[in-house]
Amino acid sequence: MSTEKQQEHLDRQVDETEEIQPNVEHGEIDEEFVEDLDALLDEIDEILEEDSQEFVENYIQRGGQ
Amino acid sequence: MGTETEYGISVKNAREQDPVAASTLVVNAYKSCRGDLPSATTAVTWDYEQESPLMDARGFQADVETPITEADTSSAVNDILVNGGRYYVDHAHPEYCTPECTNPRDLLLYEKAGELILEVSRLAAERLLLDNQEIIIYKNNTDYKGHSYGAHENYLMSRKVPFETIVDGLIPFLVTRIIITGGGKVGAENTTDPADYQISQRADFFEQEVGLSTMVNRPLINTRDEPHADDKLYRRLHVIVGDSNMSEFSIYLKVGMTAIVLQLIEKGVVEDRFRLQDPVAAIKQVSRDLSCKNQIELEDGKFQTPIEIQRAYLELAQQHLTPEERTPVVEDVLEKWKYVLDNLEIDPRRLGQHLDWIIKKKLLDAYRRRHGYQWDDSHLQMLDLQYHDIRPDKGLYIRLLKNGHVKRLLSHEEIVHAMHYPPVDTRAYFRGTCLRKFPKHIYSASWNSMIFVSKSGGLDKIMMDRPHFGTQQIVGKLLNNCTAEELVKEIRNDTSK
Repeated sequence: MSTEKQQEHLDRQVDETEEIQPNVEHGEIDEEFVEDLDALLDEIDEILEEDSQEFVENYIQRGGQ
Repeated sequence: MGTETEYGISVKNAREQDPVAASTLVVNAYKSCRGDLPSATTAVTWDYEQESPLMDARGFQADVETPITEADTSSAVNDILVNGGRYYVDHAHPEYCTPECTNPRDLLLYEKAGELILEVSRLAAERLLLDNQEIIIYKNNTDYKGHSYGAHENYLMSRKVPFETIVDGLIPFLVTRIIITGGGKVGAENTTDPADYQISQRADFFEQEVGLSTMVNRPLINTRDEPHADDKLYRRLHVIVGDSNMSEFSIYLKVGMTAIVLQLIEKGVVEDRFRLQDPVAAIKQVSRDLSCKNQIELEDGKFQTPIEIQRAYLELAQQHLTPEERTPVVEDVLEKWKYVLDNLEIDPRRLGQHLDWIIKKKLLDAYRRRHGYQWDDSHLQMLDLQYHDIRPDKGLYIRLLKNGHVKRLLSHEEIVHAMHYPPVDTRAYFRGTCLRKFPKHIYSASWNSMIFVSKSGGLDKIMMDRPHFGTQQIVGKLLNNCTAEELVKEIRNDTSK
């Protein structure tokens, strides 16, 4: 694919979906990350604060600058 | 240049939240755990998985055991750090100000040192609480309920440039730079248009173009003019519209690009060519355009995308900076600025290791997909918040960093060093070194002054109105070889000549 076509291809992808699809080919995007994604999501499952609903509801700050 | 960061704070399992008390506890805890002062200052790498040996040694008996340092001798100095920065409670938030830096790389380094200072204090403060309580600190800008706290940048500028010129030249840059500097946010607030996810944490909170206030009805350009230096020569440009960043790439570019644009404005080459039709609406529009390719309206009726406007500023820099001005750091900023614009143009997803809003979006998308969450699910807001958690075992950004999933520009060792040592090429060198060397002789200090106590108990005030003086090159030798008395005498003699 020529560079121009590649660019068009990528542009189209952005138009079609703004969502980040880990299994879509997109050039140099960190493939390593995709491989580790499951491990990372497991980790998030593990360390995300429990009772997230209650937690975010109770997180109230006074306005600062 | 320097930055000020207000952190969000919460105590888990507290009977009631008292952010002022919590902030005070955290800031004071740093004083009592600073076993590093004034002698044991070698760069200790903090092992967060275990308790710090320094803190173990002192615990919370520190008041009794700690040698008298500047922290104990005068309440007026106890928020000045040996790295030349400042640490205190501002309203209901702990706030850290970096020392004055001459370049974006140093500024990034000292802002990151601030995160470690907060984490060390947080750990120390947490030991004073009940077993089931935790102090949680976020380097972000919102509680998602309309309360925002800031991440401010300060740039020293020549007094000669009229303020209107700064306003005209800077606003379009600030509105569009969020595509690079945004922290990313789930949802919208402050009665703005709804959004599932937006680029900036702070964009929703800006309601006017220019003004003095920083807490309500916030302006894109703040007119506070307190240079902490000779006000005939300098003005301090106080930029309050930025997001707190976790990503080193984002911080570095934020301050690097902005300093370059201000230099261009000083040169008179920006003028009003990018004036926007409605900047306050535009920043919210740009924040909601995850493609970065939707056009915004300029005052002259033209339409340009945020990427195009950023590119136009970059091109001005490439045209107008002289070879002397293109220092290696400036050259590097220009290169990275171009790199991110090129990649944003192709596909923002390519910057999933570089820029906060894209890194965070990548996590959110993957997590949404795994669990089938809708955008308004509290788990996603939790993930957003926890991205900014400064704890190494809980903070999602820090986990990514440690696992090699985001770009690093600094080493951990140099960040630890910057907790304890000032930059060498501004007056922060003088401030930090005096605090380290003569803690018992300093009565108080501020950005532009230091007051020494003489043997007879009198006070000697030394003014530091030139931020580029007091460097290692100028005073390093003197500071190495003198007592506090000799130092004051030497400076007195010198200024009376």
